Amino acid sequence: MDLNKKFTPETWPDHPERATLEAKNKFVGFWLFLGGETVLFATLFATYLALKNKGPSGFGFSTQELYQLPLVFVMTMLLLTSSLTSVYAMYHLKNYNFKKMQLWLGITALLGLAFLMLEVYEFVHYVGEGFTFDNSAFSSAFYTLVGTHGFHVAIGLVWITLLIFRNSKRGLNLYNGTKFYTFSLYWHFIDVVWVFIFTVVYLMGVIG
Amino acid sequence: MMKGLKKWRLFSLLAALTVFLAGCGQEELSTLLPAGQVGQDQFNLLMLSSAIMLLVIIVVVTIYVVALVRFRRSKVGEDHVPEQVEGSHTLELVWTIVPILLILLLAVPTVYYTYKLGDVTAMGAVDEDGNAENLVVDVTAKLFWWEFEYPELGIVTAQELVVPMDEKVYFNLIAADIKHSFWIPAVGGKIDTNVENVNKFYLVFEKDSKKLKDGVFYGKCAELCGPSHALMDFKVKTMPRAEFDAWAKAMQATGEPSTDVATVSQGEEVFQQSCIGCHATSAVGESGAVGPNLASFGDRNRVAGFMDHTEKDLKDWIKDPQKYKPSNQMPEFGSKLSEDELDALTEYLMGLSVEK
Amino acid sequence: MSSVAQKKGFGATLWDWMTTVDHKKIGILYLAGGGFFFVLGGIEAMIIRLQLLRPNSDIVSAGLFNEIITMHGTTMIFLAAMPILFGFMNAIMPLQIGARDVAFPFINSLGFWMFFFGGLFLNISWLVGQIPDAGWTSYASLSLVSEGHGIDFYAIGLQIAGGGTLMAGINFLVTIINMRAPGMTYMRMPLFTWTTFVASAMILFAFPPLTVGLFLLTFDRMFGGNFFDHTMGGNTIIWEHIFWIFGHPEVYILILPAFGIFSEIFPIFSRKRLFGYPAMVFATVLIGFLGFMVWAHHMFTVGLGPTANAIFAVATMAIAVPTGVKIFDWLLTIWGGSIKVTTPMLYALGFIPSFVMGGVTGVMQGAAPLDYQLHDSYFIVAHFHYVIVGGVVLGILAATHLWWPKMFGTMLSETLGKVTFWFFFIGFHMTFLIQHWLGFWGMPRRVWTYMDGQGWNTANFISSIGALLMAIGVIVLVINIIITTVKNVRVGNDPWGDGRTLEWAISSPPVHYNFAQTPLVRGLDTYWIEKSEGNESGITPAEPIQDIHMPNGSIIPFFMTLGMFIAGFGAMYRVETSWGLSALIFGLVLTFVSMAVRSLQDDLGYYVKKDEILRDLKRKGGRK
Repeated sequence: MDLNKKFTPETWPDHPERATLEAKNKFVGFWLFLGGETVLFATLFATYLALKNKGPSGFGFSTQELYQLPLVFVMTMLLLTSSLTSVYAMYHLKNYNFKKMQLWLGITALLGLAFLMLEVYEFVHYVGEGFTFDNSAFSSAFYTLVGTHGFHVAIGLVWITLLIFRNSKRGLNLYNGTKFYTFSLYWHFIDVVWVFIFTVVYLMGVIG
Repeated sequence: MMKGLKKWRLFSLLAALTVFLAGCGQEELSTLLPAGQVGQDQFNLLMLSSAIMLLVIIVVVTIYVVALVRFRRSKVGEDHVPEQVEGSHTLELVWTIVPILLILLLAVPTVYYTYKLGDVTAMGAVDEDGNAENLVVDVTAKLFWWEFEYPELGIVTAQELVVPMDEKVYFNLIAADIKHSFWIPAVGGKIDTNVENVNKFYLVFEKDSKKLKDGVFYGKCAELCGPSHALMDFKVKTMPRAEFDAWAKAMQATGEPSTDVATVSQGEEVFQQSCIGCHATSAVGESGAVGPNLASFGDRNRVAGFMDHTEKDLKDWIKDPQKYKPSNQMPEFGSKLSEDELDALTEYLMGLSVEK
Repeated sequence: MSSVAQKKGFGATLWDWMTTVDHKKIGILYLAGGGFFFVLGGIEAMIIRLQLLRPNSDIVSAGLFNEIITMHGTTMIFLAAMPILFGFMNAIMPLQIGARDVAFPFINSLGFWMFFFGGLFLNISWLVGQIPDAGWTSYASLSLVSEGHGIDFYAIGLQIAGGGTLMAGINFLVTIINMRAPGMTYMRMPLFTWTTFVASAMILFAFPPLTVGLFLLTFDRMFGGNFFDHTMGGNTIIWEHIFWIFGHPEVYILILPAFGIFSEIFPIFSRKRLFGYPAMVFATVLIGFLGFMVWAHHMFTVGLGPTANAIFAVATMAIAVPTGVKIFDWLLTIWGGSIKVTTPMLYALGFIPSFVMGGVTGVMQGAAPLDYQLHDSYFIVAHFHYVIVGGVVLGILAATHLWWPKMFGTMLSETLGKVTFWFFFIGFHMTFLIQHWLGFWGMPRRVWTYMDGQGWNTANFISSIGALLMAIGVIVLVINIIITTVKNVRVGNDPWGDGRTLEWAISSPPVHYNFAQTPLVRGLDTYWIEKSEGNESGITPAEPIQDIHMPNGSIIPFFMTLGMFIAGFGAMYRVETSWGLSALIFGLVLTFVSMAVRSLQDDLGYYVKKDEILRDLKRKGGRK
C-alpha cells in the first residue's frame, strides 16, 4: 500500500474501510471483537440483575432512592448526540473530506468527554452518600457494570484523540481510513450498551 | 412394546453382570449396592444408561475391528487407490435417527427421576394434630465436620447421622462457612451445601446399618473445601423406627441437668474447663455450635469423623488436631493438659452414650 | 529459512524469535511453550498419583496436594492443551487455506506472548510459595477464603493468558473468513480448518465471561468487591454459572480441533476421502452451538431445581447425536480404504474407542439423577480424562507426528513413535478405566488421601502404575524429538505420500511466504485432485509470480505483555509492599506506551521481490 498516493473525492473508494485486504481484515475483526464485547457486557448485566439491591443485613440503599433520572437523561442525550456526530464524520470520510471529518470527530470526542465528566460526577456523588464500591454486592455490581462502560468511553476518547492528532498532517489514506471507521463502530457500540444501561439499570431501577 | 422392554431388561441384566463381575465395592459406601429407594432409582438409571452405552460401544467397536482387519494396506495392495466415496444420505440418516431414539429412551426416565427425586413438597406436611408427618433433618456443613439438627425433636448431634428406616427422611442443607457437598454413596446421590441458600432433598434408608462391617454407612464431603476435604467424613446409623424413637428420647434426656455436683468425675471437670466453650454434651438445642456436639460421643464409630474410635486415637486427636486434620478449627491441647487429665477426659468422653 | 537462521548468532536468533510475526514460527513458539507446560503439568500429575498410590499416604501434605491438583488442571487446560492446539492451528491452518499469513500477524505475536507471560505468572506462584489451591474451577466460597496470593496468581495469570486466547480466536476467524485462496469455498475447507473456525468462534463468545468472572474474583479478593460474599449480599452461585458458561464451551474448544486433526489423519492414511464431509461440517457447527446450551450440567447438584436440571439433562444428551455422526463418519472413512498404520494413524485408531468411552460416560452423567451419584466422584475424573486425554491429548500427539515434518522438515522416528503410543495408550486406560469404579465405590474426587479399608487400595494402585506408563511414553517422545532433531534428515513436500490438503503441496518447512503463487483451489482435498490429475507441482496457481507483501516483525508485543506481567505483580503487592504501586503504574504505562507507539507508527510491511521468489524456486528445484 502506498501512503503517498493522493486521492480526490472522485478516486476515493466508496468503501474506504474495506478497500484493501488489511482494511477488510480490520473491519471483520473489529465486528467480531464487538461480538465478544457484547457477551462481556451481557455477563455484567446478568451479574448486576442478580445482585441488584442486595446488600448486608440492614442495607440502606435501593435503586429507587439512589438514581437521579434527570442527570442520567442528560448523559444519555450527550452520548446519543455524539453517536450522531460520529455518523457525520463517517459521511465525510466516505466523501474524502478530511477537514470536516476531523471537525465532527472532535465534536464527538468533546461530547464523549462531557458524558464521562458527568459520570464521574455521578459516581462521586454516590460515594459521598456512602454508596461505595465495597459497601454491598449491589454497589460492587453497579460500579463494575457502569464503570466498565465508562472505561470503554475513556478508551474511546484516548483512541480518537490519538487518531485525530496523528493524522492531522497526514490526511486521509487507505491505511488510516479503516482506523477512523472502526473507531466509529466502537463508538456506536458503546452508545448501544449505554442505551441498555439506561433502560435496565436506571429506568427499570426507578420505575420497575 | 413389551417385547422391546424385555429386550432392554436382558441388556440391563448383561450390563449388571459385567459390573458385578468387575466388583461392587463395599456395602457401606458403594453406589452399586444401593441401600434405599433414591440410590436404587439412580442405580436403575445407571444400568439403563450403561446398557444403552454398551450397545453403542459394541456397534462402534465391531465396525472398527472389521474395517481394521479387512482394509489394511497389506491386504488391499500397496498401490491400491480406493474409491473416493463422498458419503451416503441413508447411512447418515440411520446414524442420526437411531442415536436420537436411544437418547430418547434414556431421556424419558431421566426427566421422570429428576422430578421424582426433586420432589420435596411433602416436606412440611402435618397430620391432623399438627405434628410433622416426616422426619426433617437440618444439615449444616462446617470446616470440616457435619452438624445434624432434628428441629421437631429439639435435638442436635454431629458427625453421625441417625435416621429411621423405610421412610422418607427430608433434609435442609446449608454450609456455615464455605461450600461443601453432602453425599452418602450407598443411600443416594449428593447435594451441595451452599453458603447462601438452603437446599432440600430426601433420602430413604432401607438397610439396617447394624448389619454392616462397621455398623454404619459412610458419608462424604464431595466438594473441595480446603486441606482436609478428604477427611470430612461422617457416618450414618439407620435403625427401625421404634429404635430411632428410643434414641431420640435418650438424646432429649441428655439435656436434663447432671446429677449431684459432688460426684463430678475428673474427666468431666477437665471437660468443663477446656472443652465446654465449643462442645456441648447435651443434645438438646439447635445447630450453630462452634464444635461438634458430643452428647452421644461414646456411641460413635469414629473420632473426628475418620479416626479409629479408640482411646489412643482420641488422645492423639485432642493433643494435636492439626496433625490429623490440617486447617481444622480445634486448638491443640497437648501442651495444656497433663497425661492424667487426658486419661480422665478420654474416659469421660467415651462414656457419653445414649445407646446403652 | 532455517538454514539462514542457523548462521545467525544466538542473540540474533533470539531477537528473531522474539520479534517474529511469521505464523509458522509463532506456531513453533506455541508448541514449545505448550510443550513445556505440558511436561510441568505431567510432573504434577505424577505427584498426585504417587500420593494416591497407597492409603494414608503423606508424601505431600494436604494443602500442597490441593495446590498441585489446582495447578495440574489449570496448567493442562490453559497452558498446555490450548496453546499446543494453537500451535498447530497457527502452523497449519493458513497453509490449508492457501494464505501467506494470518490476518493479524502482530496480534498473533501478541497473543503468544500473552499466553506465555500469563503462564509464567501463574507458575511463579510456585517460587513465591503462595499457590492457587481452590481447584481449576476456583469455586468462589473457597477461593475467597484462600490465604496468601495463590488465587490472585490464578486470576491475574489466567486474565493475561485468556486475553491472548481471545485475540488468537478473532485472528483465526478473520483469517478464515478473508484470506482463503481463490476457489477455497467454505465447503472445500479441510476439516481441521473448519474445526479451527468453530473453536475460534466459541473462544470469541466463551472467553469474555471468563474475563468478567476473573475480574469479579479479583475485585472481591483485592479491591473490596462483594460479588461472591453472601454476608454482603453477594452470591457464590454466580461464579459457578459464569465459570461454566465459559468452562463448558472451553471443553469443546479443546476437543473440536482434535476432531479436526483426526479428520485429516483418517483420509490420509486410508487414501480415501473423508466420508460425509457436509455432515461432518454440520456436526462440528452443531456441537459448537450446543456447547453453549449445556453449562448447567456441571451444576446438577447445586440445587437449581428439577426443571432446570431436566432441561439441561436433555440438552446435554442431545450433543451425543452430532458426536455420534462424527464417529460413524470416521469409521466409514476407513471402511473400504487402504489403511496404513503409521504413528499418527495409530493415535487416530486409538482415539476412536477411547473417545467413545469418554463420550458415553458423558451421556451417563447427563442423566441428572444419575449425576447426583457420579458428580465430583472419581467417575467424573475418569470421564473427563477419557475425553481430554483420550481425545485432545491423543489428537495433539497424533498431530505432532503428522505435522512435525511439515513444521520442521524432518520426520520423527516411526518406531519410537509407536513405542510412545503403546506406553501412553495402555498407561492411559490403566490409569483411568479403573477410576470409573472408584467413583462407583464412593471415592470423591480431589481427595488428598484416603483411609484404608474402603476397598479403594488396589484400584488406586493400578491407576498409579498406569500413570507411570504414560510418563514413560512421554519421555520416549522427548527422546524421539531430540534424536530426530540431531539427525535432521530432510524430507520432501509430501513425506507421508498420501497428503490431500494444500499444506502437503509446498516444501517442508514452507518458505516464509508459504506460496510462491497463491493456489487456485478446485475442490475438496485440492492437492489430491492435482496429484490424481498428474499435476507434478501439486498446485494450480491463481496468479503470476509477482512481489509478495509481507508484514514486518515487531518487538512491541513482547513489551506490551511484559507491561501487563509487571502490572499484575504490582496489583497483587500494591498494599503490602512499597514497590507494589509503582510496579503497577510502571507496568500499565509500559503497556499503554507500547500500544501508542504501535498506533502512531505506519507499519506497512515489506515486499518479497519477484527475483527472490524465483531464486527460492530454483534452489528448491522447482515447485516440487
